[in-house]
Amino acid sequence: MAETQSPAAGHPEDAGDRRDFLYLLAGATTAVGAAAMVWPLIDSMNPSADVLALASVEVDLSGMEPGQRITVKWRGKPVFIWNRTEDAIEGARSVDLAELPDPQPDEERVLEPQWLVVVGVCTHLGCVPLGQQGDVVGDYGGWFCPCHGSHYDQSGRIRRGPAPQNLVVPEYEFIDEQTVRIG
Amino acid sequence: MSAGASDRPTFNNGLVRWVEHRLPVFSTTRAFLVDYPAPRNLSYLWNFGSLAGIVLVIQILTGIVLAMYYVPHVDHAFESVERIMRDVNFGWLLRYSHANGASMFFIVVYIHMFRGLYYGSYKAPRELLWMLGVVILLLMMATAFMGYVLPWGQMSFWGATVITNLFSAIPIVGDGIVTWLWGGFSVDQPTLNRFFSLHYLLPFAIVAVVMLHMIALHEHGSNNPLGIERKSPKDSIPFHPYYTVKDLFGLGVFLLVFGWFVFYSPNLLGHPDNYIPANPLATPAHIVPEWYFLPYYAILRAITFDVLFIPAKLMGVILMFGSILVLFVLPWLDTSPVRSARFRPIYKLFFWILVADSVLLGYLGSQPPEGIYVVLAQIGTAYYFFHFLILLPLLGKLERPKPLPHSISQPVLPSGAAATPAE
Repeated sequence: MAETQSPAAGHPEDAGDRRDFLYLLAGATTAVGAAAMVWPLIDSMNPSADVLALASVEVDLSGMEPGQRITVKWRGKPVFIWNRTEDAIEGARSVDLAELPDPQPDEERVLEPQWLVVVGVCTHLGCVPLGQQGDVVGDYGGWFCPCHGSHYDQSGRIRRGPAPQNLVVPEYEFIDEQTVRIG
Repeated sequence: MSAGASDRPTFNNGLVRWVEHRLPVFSTTRAFLVDYPAPRNLSYLWNFGSLAGIVLVIQILTGIVLAMYYVPHVDHAFESVERIMRDVNFGWLLRYSHANGASMFFIVVYIHMFRGLYYGSYKAPRELLWMLGVVILLLMMATAFMGYVLPWGQMSFWGATVITNLFSAIPIVGDGIVTWLWGGFSVDQPTLNRFFSLHYLLPFAIVAVVMLHMIALHEHGSNNPLGIERKSPKDSIPFHPYYTVKDLFGLGVFLLVFGWFVFYSPNLLGHPDNYIPANPLATPAHIVPEWYFLPYYAILRAITFDVLFIPAKLMGVILMFGSILVLFVLPWLDTSPVRSARFRPIYKLFFWILVADSVLLGYLGSQPPEGIYVVLAQIGTAYYFFHFLILLPLLGKLERPKPLPHSISQPVLPSGAAATPAE
């Protein structure tokens, strides 16, 4: 419009612009208001306070033999704890990082070399990999996911198969020599 | 409808007239189920639309009663289903009908869809009719998936885990979405509870889309085996009694098949592992979805390599959803103006290859993801997309269709009638 240079209020030819502005303002306010009302509905589906407040798990490791693996439940998921032998630690650390799909040195994945603590959930589609019984450990001595064939090594790192990432290391700390707290 | 008020049929009953004057339910019902002019040459393949509607009603009715006994709690769900089977009067019949009804629904709908593919029912002016059908399929898949979770067996739990984890493939927001879907950090009580809520809701959403599907259908009427438009009133016959009786006969045959499954092999299509209560700490050796999801599952698992910057897992998910989403644009991918495969000799051949490819993918989805099965699944997946994205656009331009008949009546009437002038 030719009048845009002089935005004089009350000018008859500006009436359309003012309407437009009010129209847009009302529309935008409605959209923001609607979004603000929808958000509680959406957010209510996120984990609730009691789910979030799930206590962390303390695990006593004193009874574990060298080489033994145990599974504990944390936040509804299995956590694998492996008392690794010298051989297994050596195996995990002698890998050339360049050949890993998700390169990460074993040193970064453990607090104590002896104890490997990983979430036992395949990073592909969430199955629980086999290996805790020691019968099926995959081609790399760690775990093997039966769902879609992912192989994990002695550090829980993905080596072959569709999984994109290494088994997740949860937040944990050693309370004393023989007790670990996960979460 | 208001414009046609004067065309409405008149009714003898005074009460009917009173209601009709205020709410045109009787004329609408008549228009859809009685007077609706249908092409005279519809084959039995046109039974499957109304059949799908009937199965939907069976599912809703049995589901409503089952929901009166089912308990959506991780500690009670499995046992409440067993209680339905053993203690509730006719509970076994309700549950077996509902579980097998889901399979029947997919069989019927898949035949209905391949019918549409063969006879080009998705082409102008029926694109929206087709797209609404794809929406119904997506809603059905979501409903069936969540329904399968409810008995809280091993396959329920691990199927839910695998499928919800698909969303973690989405970059950046994926993990947040999965946590949101679960309402926790794994498939657990909040997940089961909301799946039950949605499993009850979605069928009614399907009913709503089915109504839109019907409105779109009646705008231009059914396609037919010749794929040509009707040219004169002689090409149509009223829906009642000609197709009501044909649909009812088809329904009888269908109920025989359905009854055979329900009464003689109710667990044939299920998986025995789902009679083991869910255990979050032990994954079954082979997780397989219900048979109607197997082709998509094969596509999901076929991608074992990264594509450019897209990781394998995300690519598998994209292609799995893409295998259905491609159907939305099918009316524009198929460039041939001829609808029916009867007059498209090359398309007819490739149609059957697509059917074989879909069956092959279904078989591969049931097999462990290793060795030759993965390679075959990759070939099958590539062919599926080749059919829709490359073959159909080219074929419409390269293929020479056979001559179309003059009218629907022409091929069925004595030769003399061929001279009947078209209007």
